[in-house]
Amino acid sequence: MAEEKKVNKAKKLPRHPMPEQEAKVRARNFEEVPFGYSNETAMAEASRCLRCKKPKCVEGCPVNVKIPEFVGLIADGDFIGAAHKLKETNALPAVCGRVCPQESQCEALCVLTKKGESVAIGRLERFAADYERKQGEMQLPKIAPATGKKVAVIGGGPAGLTVAGDLVKLGHDVTIFEALHKTGGVLVYGIPEFRLPKAIVQAEVDYLKSLGVKIVESYVVGRIETVDELLERFDACFIGTGAGLPVFMKIEGENLNGVYSANEYLTRSNLMKAYLFPEYDTPIVKGKRVATFGGGNVAMDSSRTALRLGAEKSYIIYRRSMDEMPARDEEIHHAGEEGVEFLLLANPERLIGDEKGWLTGVECIKMELGEPDESGRRRPVEIPGSEFVVEVDTVVVAIGNGPNPLVPSTTPDLKTNRWGNIDADLETGKTSMTGVYAGGDIVTGAATVIEAMGAGKKAAVAIHEYLQDT
Amino acid sequence: MNRIVTKEEFSKNPSVKMMQIEAPRIARKAKGGQFVVFRLNETGERVPLTVADTDPEKGLVTIIFQEVGKSTMALGALEVGDCLADFIGPLGQPTHMGDFGTVLCVAGGIGIAPTHNIVKALKANGNKVISIIGARTKDLLFWEDKMRDLSDELYVCTDDGSYGIHGLVTKVEQELLEKNRESGEIGLVIGIGPPIMMKFVCKTSEPFGVQTLVSLPTIMVDATGMCGACRVTVGGETKFVCVDGPEFDGHKVDFDEMLKRQGIYLEQEKVAVERYQHGNDCGCCDECGGDQ
Repeated sequence: MAEEKKVNKAKKLPRHPMPEQEAKVRARNFEEVPFGYSNETAMAEASRCLRCKKPKCVEGCPVNVKIPEFVGLIADGDFIGAAHKLKETNALPAVCGRVCPQESQCEALCVLTKKGESVAIGRLERFAADYERKQGEMQLPKIAPATGKKVAVIGGGPAGLTVAGDLVKLGHDVTIFEALHKTGGVLVYGIPEFRLPKAIVQAEVDYLKSLGVKIVESYVVGRIETVDELLERFDACFIGTGAGLPVFMKIEGENLNGVYSANEYLTRSNLMKAYLFPEYDTPIVKGKRVATFGGGNVAMDSSRTALRLGAEKSYIIYRRSMDEMPARDEEIHHAGEEGVEFLLLANPERLIGDEKGWLTGVECIKMELGEPDESGRRRPVEIPGSEFVVEVDTVVVAIGNGPNPLVPSTTPDLKTNRWGNIDADLETGKTSMTGVYAGGDIVTGAATVIEAMGAGKKAAVAIHEYLQDT
Repeated sequence: MNRIVTKEEFSKNPSVKMMQIEAPRIARKAKGGQFVVFRLNETGERVPLTVADTDPEKGLVTIIFQEVGKSTMALGALEVGDCLADFIGPLGQPTHMGDFGTVLCVAGGIGIAPTHNIVKALKANGNKVISIIGARTKDLLFWEDKMRDLSDELYVCTDDGSYGIHGLVTKVEQELLEKNRESGEIGLVIGIGPPIMMKFVCKTSEPFGVQTLVSLPTIMVDATGMCGACRVTVGGETKFVCVDGPEFDGHKVDFDEMLKRQGIYLEQEKVAVERYQHGNDCGCCDECGGDQ
């Protein structure tokens, strides 16, 4: 009886909102949007958790975070304990709490969703991780005695960082080779400061260093050293080079000045800090009327970055409807609040420029939804004669990324599929080459941070097993 | 790491400088035609520069640059012993090596630097090389001796006639290709220099039907194929200079589009130079004490 009362009470109690910067204000600055929970709110939110005996939420998590345990610790006020519990399975909780699509993973399976709102697992994860970081003292886990085995991790993004963290704890000698001058992959070049402050990524990277992971930045594997050469001095390799090849629309005018791939636009702004130009040297076109093509998280990040760079109009142009948008609900919601305008069921057909080569507009055609396609989403179909022009001076193409070919193309024995993704076992990361493992977007195509981390976790287990036998 | 070991000023106006950077791995690995990216410091941008020479034994990479913007000016202001925050490479595809018979290398101004490294590779691969080097005026010429040592024949021109042959490099190119009509020994032209010069090197060679390679100095950010800032149209297709290039069939390159794209950040470049030359504040006279 008492149990039932508790359930009913929790169902009635709404999820606690997370305070955030006011939309109009934040649309003009690069500070993080939400402020996070206070200690009291976190405890109140955590106490909504029913601590199910067979927690469904854990199954929804690609790295199987011990959700009821860490949420329970927060409810009890043991915030540090909660952070440590998180770190048992997730090396980057402060990141995941911010960028995971919880509504389609852990929170989607929360039993409370049946009659109300799920426990705000993501917000609690973020709270616990932030609490620990702010305390300054990061507890170091036990590191197994040195095995003498050396592992090269190519790519310092979410997959690589996870592999490195797991393997170093098992006593292996791990070196991350990062092509850019900052480690973090998409966490530093792609996801904007207002959604994921770079200081947080840096803290996570520093944590890995404190565990003994070596990091070599500005080292482009494939050019300065090939995978085959690395295998001469390492016992195993993990390739997590991500989906770093921008896809363009292949329409007229795409090389006009003012047209960016989302990768370039975001890299300039995030990694190179072009929003701080001229204090930082890298420039960026600060368009007054910006259109972003696409409906994913990257498109939301781009359109919101445009506002912060001073755009008067920032459009999302997406060929399906709001319901099919792949972005996280929170990102779409935040973008709308900040003033991003959605031109839905519209497909860009042609980019128009002036004689000096600068973009002046985009011609779109209206679409309607037809039968569902292989992805299960209703296929957009052009409405003949419905062309219209939107005046813009900047366009950001955010329709996806292919696998970066640099490593596959310089590793002859590494098998890839017809799209150029590395052929790897999804359970182990094993590739066609002995001792070479791969995971994350380079294997699956563009996906999420947490899925890449999940792949990293599995690969770490497999690499550890492989190293036992060598 | 990335320490400047030697520095030499080749010319003052415009300022062209040579530096040798301590980068042993790159020095061992870089091949003719490849480039590096440097970043001066934490606030610096990523700037590509084609490798001019390497000394694998001493672990040195030679770069030659003209001070055209803030980053190259600030690089030029560094001294021997200073270090660059990042020196990344080798990047891009090396010049394709094969049996081309005789190769005609046409280098303009700062383009002499990358041409040198390519000529070195071509010679090592047993090709005969005829080189033409040129500049606006005598003071802007450099490495004539090195190019002479490497090339089987060398022609030197200046636009103003202050040294060597009076005229553009394309004039000599035209003459040599005319002469070649009968012998047909020149199997490849490589043209490297300012975009406008490369465009005309290609225009000159086109009627002769001789394959012509150019090395494109486009704007880049990551330079590993990730951002597409460097995209150019080659034969109607979009290519990324950083991973597909930097060398392309010059007869197929859309130079006009490339020239327009080179100008994207001219305004910001001006702001940055102004700010650099007038101290780090607002770029003004500082008389107001920062009030205005």
